[in-house]
Amino acid sequence: MSYEHLLQYILSGITTGSIYAITGIGFNIIYNTTGIINFAQGEFLMLGGMSAITFSNYFPLPIAIILAVIITAIVGGILDLLIIRNLKKQSILLMIIVTIGLSIIIQETALHIWDEKVRSLRHFTGDETSSINIFGAYIAPQVLWVLGITAVIVILLGLFFKYTVTGRSMRACSSNTVAARLCGINAKNMVTLSFMLSAAIGALAGAVVSPITQTQYDCGTSLAIKGFAVAILGGLGNSTGAVVGGLIIGILEAFSISVLPLAYKDAVAIAILLFILFVKPSGLFGRSEISALKEF
Amino acid sequence: MNKNRYRPVIGLGILIIFIQLFTSFTGKESYLTQLTMSAYYSLVILALCILLGYAGQISIGHAAFFAIGGYTSAVLTTFNLLPYKSEPFVEFLQSIGFTSTRINPYGVEVLYISPVISLIIAIIITFIIALLIGIPILKLKGHYLAMATLGFGTIVYRILLGGAVFGEADGISDVPAFNIFGIFKVSGDNSERVENYYIAWVIVVLFMVILINLINSRVGRALRSLHGNETAANSMGVNPVKYKLFVFILSAIFASIGGFFITHFNGSIGPSEASVVKSVRYVAIVAVGGMANIWGALIMGFILNYLSLRGYFGSYDEAVFGIILVLIMLFAPEGIFKIKNLDYIKDLIKRKFQKVNL
Repeated sequence: MSYEHLLQYILSGITTGSIYAITGIGFNIIYNTTGIINFAQGEFLMLGGMSAITFSNYFPLPIAIILAVIITAIVGGILDLLIIRNLKKQSILLMIIVTIGLSIIIQETALHIWDEKVRSLRHFTGDETSSINIFGAYIAPQVLWVLGITAVIVILLGLFFKYTVTGRSMRACSSNTVAARLCGINAKNMVTLSFMLSAAIGALAGAVVSPITQTQYDCGTSLAIKGFAVAILGGLGNSTGAVVGGLIIGILEAFSISVLPLAYKDAVAIAILLFILFVKPSGLFGRSEISALKEF
Repeated sequence: MNKNRYRPVIGLGILIIFIQLFTSFTGKESYLTQLTMSAYYSLVILALCILLGYAGQISIGHAAFFAIGGYTSAVLTTFNLLPYKSEPFVEFLQSIGFTSTRINPYGVEVLYISPVISLIIAIIITFIIALLIGIPILKLKGHYLAMATLGFGTIVYRILLGGAVFGEADGISDVPAFNIFGIFKVSGDNSERVENYYIAWVIVVLFMVILINLINSRVGRALRSLHGNETAANSMGVNPVKYKLFVFILSAIFASIGGFFITHFNGSIGPSEASVVKSVRYVAIVAVGGMANIWGALIMGFILNYLSLRGYFGSYDEAVFGIILVLIMLFAPEGIFKIKNLDYIKDLIKRKFQKVNL
């Protein structure tokens, strides 16, 4: 394999990897405040991509994306207010089943609002043919957008959770809900907020990646599995870990295409997921002592 | 006490006969086709009910086992061995009576592995896969187990969709009928509708009897204790690893047998049988039936699959099951056969009312 090829694979791996990283971070936000794994996370990406595509027919691109993010965030909020909040007993099994049910409902609703056609948002700068030469490898300008926006999201989230009162309250809820409530934090609202935040980030990711990977009503499930793989690899709840995990899985997947038929691309990420689950479920950066104490 | 257990089975038997007679007298025998198919789908649902309801282990990949059973047999029984007739291995298969011949719709003679043998092979393959997957997967709990089974299901779906042997997106068609001892024939022929209806439901009844015995045996009690509290069960001498693996494999084989029969009944199978939405549908049905309730699972499995196969849900087929899942979890986590659900709704209205008064 020549140097250019190697670089090309690594760059394409980094691109898809950063998308998986954002999905993984979406999982982490909800997991951190509620202890729930939201199986409908991938649907937020799909919803963001799809609605951005529709809005882009009527509005300029930035406004279309902002509208898509707002709409998806509202959907995320509604899911919690209407369903998650009203569950009588919040056992893990029940949560899994409910979020899976929701993901199917969102998917089918999308199928009826739009259709089964594969769509894509137009490129932010340039078009399908334009490319930038980086050390001999060619990438689309959109890739830079993906990387840039991932970086901005990670940094802003880090600041949000560290320095703002709301962010700190959300972290407080995750470490001890009862104690947080005794301190006057409205834990239920924090859950709603985490759903909205996670949906908004998912939607943004879905819109940014749409020109490259295209969007279809059922593209959410496989993204969700990969995002989960990333979140697990990096240690559940750890956003920096998710970025590293995303890059690892993205690059491995990119190289797998050079060996295996394209049809099995998804299988690679899932095989990695299964492998991590079997070998080190606490992830690369998680401590096994901590994860052993958590209730699953 | 012991006989009471089987009373519902007799009731089921009477109901089965009644439905057949009713459809025959009213001249709606075409309904029997869907009734037969829902019987086979009920096998997967019963399989999942044991795993999810009794042992408390979630699987969002059970459609994969269903597809493994169907595809194994479909591949084996549609592969033409005639060009390899003189190979020693094929000759050996022929000499011990493991093969059959037929003329396919294109007028070509096909020498193929008999469905009886392919059923045994399908069970063996399912056993091996379930064993290999089960050992590592069942160490996981909660979210991790759900994701791992979802991942397994997706991998199987991808392989079926991408593999040339499996007919890619088209699946495998022209699967021959399954002759049981040369007397009964599992096939979709209209003339054999009544016969097939009874074959399917006899299998379901058989499975029910096995499951009723299993649930009320030492194994069943061990499984329920595992569901309640694994650590406590372990301290009482129940080996969680052993029992969980046992029930996982049993459940996989049940699902696989269901897949085998439906493939021979329909004469074809497609990759959608292994899709995630199908797995979710099975979980939904078990949840509606009340999780640890095989009769609930059977009844709901029968009703919902039948309605779905008749096309009552139209283009909302998948969405209906998603909605069912969410509604059941919201209002009746114990399944719809527990009546106190109504109290909850009353309670909810009352609470809303009180708020207004304040």
